[in-house]
Amino acid sequence: MMTASLDATFSALSDPTRRAILARLAEGEATVNELVAPFKLSQPAISKHLKVLEKAGLISRGRDAQKRPCRIEARPLAEATEWLQEYRKLWEANFERLDTLLDELKARKNKP
Amino acid sequence: MRNALKLTTPTDREIVVVREFDAPRELVWDSIFKPELLRRWFSGPPGWEMTTCEDDACTGGTYRRVWSDPNGLTMSQSGVHREVVPPERCVRTQVFESGGVPLGQEQLATIVLTELRERTMLTMTFLFDSKETRDGTVPYLEQGMAAGFDRLDEILASAAA
Repeated sequence: MMTASLDATFSALSDPTRRAILARLAEGEATVNELVAPFKLSQPAISKHLKVLEKAGLISRGRDAQKRPCRIEARPLAEATEWLQEYRKLWEANFERLDTLLDELKARKNKP
Repeated sequence: MRNALKLTTPTDREIVVVREFDAPRELVWDSIFKPELLRRWFSGPPGWEMTTCEDDACTGGTYRRVWSDPNGLTMSQSGVHREVVPPERCVRTQVFESGGVPLGQEQLATIVLTELRERTMLTMTFLFDSKETRDGTVPYLEQGMAAGFDRLDEILASAAA
């Protein structure tokens, strides 16, 4: 079911740069500086994306005041993908029940 | 499953669901717009039940469904029919609520039934007010995000490529 936190997750994931940052963090934690080089973005731009990801609970940041390494948080992503699977499954289940109902209606209609 | 469900995102603001049925168009139309038939198949997530189903299926008419689970949670879908042309086309607004709180934004749903001899093709187009709204409501179904969590690393890797 859609919740406010899922809204934040999907909104954070709607940006390709943020998805790419998550892909990098899936390989291991990294500092802002370590993210600046591969993405060819300024440090403030990277920091802005990290803030959105952190607010959505998709990453957490270390306490080291100098480096504050970022790491990926798996749970919100798991909830997001789970909900999407549920959406498709819901329609498939609904339509299978509709198939059954239509068979019944057809049989009733064809009776003399 | 007899007929595969197709989910696509043809524009930034739309989601399209297409499914064929082995029945004439009038029967498919009735099953969607007659409350006593709709409540038999549009029953919501497993364990839920449609407890209210009202539909004044004419242009300007309103409709409302309420689902309940065994713990007393409820969810509703309601809206206004902007255009109803039986048995082929309906355009209506739709908004979901749970406990009085809207779930996402209002959408415009267009339902089209196309005759294919003894079969019928159902096309449902959900139009959102912006890409952000759509992506925040039902995103990435065809972009791989629908895959299970076990495939997450793979998905993230391809997003980075």
